[in-house]
Amino acid sequence: MNQNLYKYLIRLGDDSLIIGHRLSEWCGHGPILEEDIALTNFALDFIGQAQSILEYAGKVEGAGRDADDLAYLRYEHDFRNALLVEQPNGDFALTMMRQFLFDAFRKPLFEALTKSSDEQVAAIAEKSLKETKYHLKHSSEWIIRLGDGTEESHKRTQDALDTLWRYTDELFYEDETDKALEAAGIIPSISKIKEEWEKTVNNVLTEATLTLPTNGWSYGKGRAGLHSENLGYILAEMQYLQRAYPGAKW
Amino acid sequence: MSNEELERQFQEKIDNEIKIEPRDWMPDAYRNLLIRQISQHAHSETVGMLPEGNWITRAPSLRRKQILLAKVQDEAGHGLYLYSACETLGVDREDTIDDLHSGKAKYSSIFNYPALTWADMGAIGWLVDGAAIMNQIPLSRCSYGPYARSMVRICKEESFHQRQGYEIMTHLANGTPEQKAMAQDALNRFWWPAMMMFGPSDNDSKHSAQSMKWKIKRFTNDELRQQFVDATAPQAELIGLKVPDADLKFNESTGHYEYGEMNWDEFWQVVNGNGPCNKERLDARRKAKEDGMWVREAAAAYAKKQEKKEKRA
Amino acid sequence: MSENANWPLWEVFISSKAGMSHKHAGSLRAADAKMAIENARDVYTRRSEGTSIWVVKTNEVFASDPNDADAFFDPANTKAYRHPTFYVIPDGVKNM
Repeated sequence: MNQNLYKYLIRLGDDSLIIGHRLSEWCGHGPILEEDIALTNFALDFIGQAQSILEYAGKVEGAGRDADDLAYLRYEHDFRNALLVEQPNGDFALTMMRQFLFDAFRKPLFEALTKSSDEQVAAIAEKSLKETKYHLKHSSEWIIRLGDGTEESHKRTQDALDTLWRYTDELFYEDETDKALEAAGIIPSISKIKEEWEKTVNNVLTEATLTLPTNGWSYGKGRAGLHSENLGYILAEMQYLQRAYPGAKW
Repeated sequence: MSNEELERQFQEKIDNEIKIEPRDWMPDAYRNLLIRQISQHAHSETVGMLPEGNWITRAPSLRRKQILLAKVQDEAGHGLYLYSACETLGVDREDTIDDLHSGKAKYSSIFNYPALTWADMGAIGWLVDGAAIMNQIPLSRCSYGPYARSMVRICKEESFHQRQGYEIMTHLANGTPEQKAMAQDALNRFWWPAMMMFGPSDNDSKHSAQSMKWKIKRFTNDELRQQFVDATAPQAELIGLKVPDADLKFNESTGHYEYGEMNWDEFWQVVNGNGPCNKERLDARRKAKEDGMWVREAAAAYAKKQEKKEKRA
Repeated sequence: MSENANWPLWEVFISSKAGMSHKHAGSLRAADAKMAIENARDVYTRRSEGTSIWVVKTNEVFASDPNDADAFFDPANTKAYRHPTFYVIPDGVKNM
């Protein structure tokens, strides 16, 4: 098995799964019906991505695990999502800021992954890219509306940015796994992705009249399996039935 | 033209199955009956998101999670179609929603029952959506155009809702003993509330006659309830579950099932706010609106700024 | 609810595939046109119903008056000569 590819797919799939989980918590509680529906569409896109990415991860691993096994039967330390995506929804500004910072990363990433030397990765990226382009459009527009809306919305959005900023650096985490895959032409160089991310973030935040936090300290070891306290609760909920009724089919 | 003449022409159109459209003349009572019914229907869709929404994060597989998300999202969509239909009658959607939040407007009582186990996702899809469809199919021929058109769309979209529920129940009924017990328990709790979704018996239903004359309604409550029992009882039997009604039996000569008495005291108690979840449901809807208010204000303020900029340019 | 928070109503028109005209699908609320189009996409094309969306503010739609319907539309009913079935042509004529 290609241990590196498996590891990478788990990171990619867990990001989708966990942010999809967070977005799905909004269903029925959105600020207005139209946006409730939009957020649920996002959640559906992400859970769908998680399913195809984790399914492929299971194949690469070759131990007979499918997407559900990977989503429902792994433990906290086995999850490799970035800490950003497991942060609680907070208010609508926090959710949208989390979404925007993540979408701005995902779009150049999937663009590059469509050229992956691994056909399956390229195919998954192709489909996910379409979804991601729409997500980024929607979240950017919201950040601009909220940042440049009322005094209250500006403050909430700036607070959201200040809260989440420390988790952004981790999106560009790189280790031996990444380097080996990059050498094999399976994934792009992360520095290029970061450049594009910075460009998008700067443009949108400027238009939104928001100020980039100056604190450069970043915290993030999600890629190494060290999470915030939030993940435990997410898994307790998500995996409840599978854990309570081992082996049952649903 | 005199009011009598207008009313005669109006009824003639209805008798000839010509749809009434928003700008057509209509009696005030017709307009008010529709506003009441359509807004209640819309509220039922949005409140109806909550019991199922409560299980989305706990759905037992990625497939089930996606199905449930799509279904609950459809309910939001259906609420929206219905609020839109209601707005064509000259009422503002937010005002009708405020009537829900103040307790003035009603919604389907079934959503005041809690969704306690995963099997409830099956029972709600199978029984609650099953009962709703019985009600909604004839409504797609309702005399008021916008209501009828939104019902056509809703019925088309809802066709998967009942099936996914029955599929959940089938899996559970064929699963482990614990799963089967879970399915039977859900059927026990949801059967009677689902039966009561059709409303009071015809003898006690005050709006029925006028509603039938105006072709808003095409079947009586009891007729629809009978259709539901006839369709659903054999489905329960097929997957080895027992309908919790000792009096339920098939009558060979009528070709229909006979069923037992309903607990109408409970029905009225729940309608009037004393069900197990009335407060939680309304609190959740109210909170969503209150928490969303600054978001709406922000977007409106931003739109205004942009308009000003465009004018200056 | 505060006036400042009420978004205008929009009418949504969807073309189901390239080459087809846009048909009225329903309405929704949105603060601006971009949002209206995105909301329309999420609300009215969840099942691949569309390839193109138009939105227009409801209060900018002007409609004919139903009370004028007789005067507007009935006169066309008596002009059968506008339809091909009005004409008698000999049996055996092809491609006409």
